Amino acid sequence: MKILVVGGGMGGTILANNLARRLAGELRAGKARITMLSASDKHMYQPGLLYLAVGRATPDELYRDQRSLLEPGIEFHVDPVEKFELDKNQVTAKSGKTYGYDVIAIATGSRPVANEIPGLAENAEQFYTEESALKMFKRLQQFQGGRVVIAVGVPHKCPMAPLEITFMLYDYLKDRGILDKTKVHYTYPIGRTHSLENVAKWATPEMERLGITYETLFNMKEVDGAKKVVRSEEGSEAAFDLLITIPAHRGMEVIEKNGLGQRGFIPTHRHRLNMEGRDNVFVVGDTTNLPISKAGSTAHFEAEALAENIAAMVKMGTPVRDYDGKVFCFIEAGKDRATYAMFNYQNPPDPKAPTRAVHWFKMAYNKLYWASARGLL
Amino acid sequence: MTNRKLVDARGSFCPGPLMELIAAMKAASIGDELEVLSTDKGSANEIPEWIRKVKHEHLETKEENGVWHVVVRKAK
Repeated sequence: MKILVVGGGMGGTILANNLARRLAGELRAGKARITMLSASDKHMYQPGLLYLAVGRATPDELYRDQRSLLEPGIEFHVDPVEKFELDKNQVTAKSGKTYGYDVIAIATGSRPVANEIPGLAENAEQFYTEESALKMFKRLQQFQGGRVVIAVGVPHKCPMAPLEITFMLYDYLKDRGILDKTKVHYTYPIGRTHSLENVAKWATPEMERLGITYETLFNMKEVDGAKKVVRSEEGSEAAFDLLITIPAHRGMEVIEKNGLGQRGFIPTHRHRLNMEGRDNVFVVGDTTNLPISKAGSTAHFEAEALAENIAAMVKMGTPVRDYDGKVFCFIEAGKDRATYAMFNYQNPPDPKAPTRAVHWFKMAYNKLYWASARGLL
Repeated sequence: MTNRKLVDARGSFCPGPLMELIAAMKAASIGDELEVLSTDKGSANEIPEWIRKVKHEHLETKEENGVWHVVVRKAK
């Protein structure tokens, strides 16, 4: 059984490592083979970008060598896929090499596309790449006060990030002593301050307590850099001195170019995680079209369920469990307190008030993540 | 002939049915109909409210066996 994992991010790495452990005997006996193809030799801990943007992390803390995270027995190549030929059970990569498979897992992730909103890329700070997060931090260091607007596109990865950046920014401004010269204005695309109702129930009074104004039902339409306003599809506008955005996302270009899914999101079965219409093609993480958080934890829990299923298919010829929609997201509520939301397809979250203890748990997880990537935690 | 696209947001707490619709609108063409399936009764009000605000068209809402079906048309 040849298993091909496309993508070396959170989902792909946890999947490959889990499979390598479950199929250790089969790998040794030559009855199974696991190959991973990635665009990079580095693995980035993306949640760390939030901290980089406010000066609480340095870039080196976000990366590990990808190969160092992989179980022995996984064949790893930095050779990004360019062509998917699912009918032939093969892909062709940048090197020109063709990789055949019996089972493929596509875990290529998602990317922000600020350029879809006129004026946004040129006039807003972002923090979803190392480069943009560093640029944002330098801009924050120069900021002397004024009106800060946070604007959010749909869909985006890391659903908690709009709230987290807002609350962490608030503490940053307070520590700099410029809070009295700054107005923080939060905007959000639906009719409350967060997609999760119970999270909005906590976040809205918290914003009111801190003097953060907010406007809901605000979907970015365009940014006028000359007048320094961001306008919404709903007909309103927000003036800014500093605009911070979490842009809308698409799946990777290779997914769109190969016609696997509109806007790069592949139609995926919500429990079995196979691509609709394909029994040997699986999808994990941000690149699914599932109505679920695009979050690292989603990729993590999907990968665990899928590894169990693929291993069972090798050993018994059948999958054994359904992915239940499980997601677990920390929510940083400032520089030193946090809470979390845990939910699945059946049960909504019920986050408790933020505490220092959960913040320290998150700080610890920022380091423990590498154990998760290795399939150990 | 219009295309009706299904947006199956049953069991979606996050991002939730309205956000799923907003995302799906980006992939839709003007004139396309989108039918949102939701197990969250708030969607029955939330979605038409947004649709009216951005001047798309709300065609129908019905509930069957605990699932709300909200049908809209992309108008611009």
